[in-house]
Amino acid sequence: MSDFWRNIPFFCIMLSICSAAFTSVMPRKIARGFCLTVITAIIVMSALLVSRMYGTRESYTFMMGHFPAPWGNEIRVGRLEALTALVFSIIMALSVLGGLMRIEEHVFEDKQPLYYVMIELLMAALLAEVYTNDLFTAYVFVEIMTLTACSLIMARSKGRTIVAATRYMIWNLMGSGLFLLGLTFLYGMTGHLLMSHIREQVDLIAAAGTYPRALTITIALMCVGLAIKSGLFPFHTWLPDCYGYSTPTSSAILSSLVSKGYIFLIVKIIYRVIGMETVAASGVTNVFFAMGLSGIIMGSVSAIREKDIRRMISFSSVAQIGYVFMGIGMASEAGMVASLFHVYVHGISKSMLFLAGNGLIEASSDSKLFRDLRGSGRRNPIAGLAFTVGSFSLVGIPFLGGFVSKVYFAKAAMSLNTAPMLSVLIVLAISAVLNTVYFIKTVITIYRVPMPEDPVHEPVKHRLGLENAALICLICVNFALGVMSQPVVEGIRAGLNMFA
Amino acid sequence: MFLHLLDNPHETAAIILFGIGFTSLMLQRNLIKKIIGFGMMDSAIYLFLAAKGYITGRTAPIVVDGVTSVEKYINPIPSGLVLTGIVVSVSVTSLMLALTVRLYRRYHTLDIDVITSLARKEEN
Repeated sequence: MSDFWRNIPFFCIMLSICSAAFTSVMPRKIARGFCLTVITAIIVMSALLVSRMYGTRESYTFMMGHFPAPWGNEIRVGRLEALTALVFSIIMALSVLGGLMRIEEHVFEDKQPLYYVMIELLMAALLAEVYTNDLFTAYVFVEIMTLTACSLIMARSKGRTIVAATRYMIWNLMGSGLFLLGLTFLYGMTGHLLMSHIREQVDLIAAAGTYPRALTITIALMCVGLAIKSGLFPFHTWLPDCYGYSTPTSSAILSSLVSKGYIFLIVKIIYRVIGMETVAASGVTNVFFAMGLSGIIMGSVSAIREKDIRRMISFSSVAQIGYVFMGIGMASEAGMVASLFHVYVHGISKSMLFLAGNGLIEASSDSKLFRDLRGSGRRNPIAGLAFTVGSFSLVGIPFLGGFVSKVYFAKAAMSLNTAPMLSVLIVLAISAVLNTVYFIKTVITIYRVPMPEDPVHEPVKHRLGLENAALICLICVNFALGVMSQPVVEGIRAGLNMFA
Repeated sequence: MFLHLLDNPHETAAIILFGIGFTSLMLQRNLIKKIIGFGMMDSAIYLFLAAKGYITGRTAPIVVDGVTSVEKYINPIPSGLVLTGIVVSVSVTSLMLALTVRLYRRYHTLDIDVITSLARKEEN
């Protein structure tokens, strides 16, 4: 009985899949409440799991139905998986809560229960990707995540969102095609689908040097496939339209959870399937490093040129995902820890920025252009505060999460050779300046005193307390990550060690 | 130099088909042709998997006449993967086709570039 808590990951995944089936037949309001209850239950269970996993140094495997592989399917839980599931479910709950009014407005009334179905399925796919120990299961849930994410984009039925959803699907299908091909190659070489078994075989193959070229191609296919799906720099062209025009909850979920789910899978593949040494020897990490660095600069430059606040936040995502891939590309434990911490920080800050940006847009007669947003921070103070905190966090002001991850990136760079170290430090410096240009400019704009010739905006009509509550929670979580980063970073480090 | 590719003709054909499908998905401007490209790309992977699982001279792993020896049957796991993959690609294809129908009703064209520029003009 004392081991009953080991069922938690399985319960979380099953709860969200099964409740999706029930939600589809519920009326609108009940569906909304039910969806939020399910996510809250997942948060509570994940928190319990995290507290358990912090007490132990051992990870464990959970065989569904007690069948060993290859007949059964396995879940594997360590400290990192539990922590990630907790952070993801918190962001999910707050993103849904923060955009409730806009969902009512943007999604057709009879389609709203289906929107919550998609959110529950997305939650299930995220959790399954985090916990699974089987590569093919991971692929199936990657596809489920793609489909649900696409329907979240097109839930707001306008021309631009449908076009954005189509382009999203096209890019994502290319990504998953490459990933599936890589998986097939890997299966052909090793004969296994379970991550730990593949790892044993890959180590043998790499040591014997049997298929050097095939192994490199496989690693490249899988990593690039997932990088396309998470919107790494040269593959980011689908991203601004998808994040910029869908309903705010969808934008928040897409930028802070969907792309992060793929990144978590890349980390898992690097550590648990292939092994860091083999990946580094193949040179794929160098490609990630270069793409990450250029993504940081190009994303920020594009963000500066935008006149639309939602698209600006979207381009800033490109830059932040560049940071994450830069850390992965360092091919060191310190870089990976920094990347994973930045995954959490960016998830929380970016969902907050999208939701707060929506609050500011509401206070400016639904205009997304900077010239109409003047003084909107005064008209909607909580959204203004949340936007300011989110911006400061991503710029890297102390006591906020973004500062800590930048410190860890710089620390991780110190252990590199001279040329990469210098390039990281220079890019970090340039990007800090560029971030300041577009974020601080926006913060100044939203707090400016409106000029007499500016149009007068109606005060916000409805005020649902829940939206503001979500924003305040996100602000608190962001401060907590900045001030008490140590247990989280230690958890990530210990979790990475448990990975092997 | 490339003669050894003929040792595994099915796999080679599968990779060539994958390349054709992938480039059509990426470069074709017509949405229907893109979806056809996607179908080719996925089917090529299934061909690859099926070829990997096949062992010459053996049959599908369905027990008839009480023969249970492993030596008589091919590897069933790749076939299982292909089935799962087919389910995934059917649902993806149907979603893509639904999107295409909605776009065609709205813009009366299938050219993704034209559609994108029309959508940009339409609203912000």
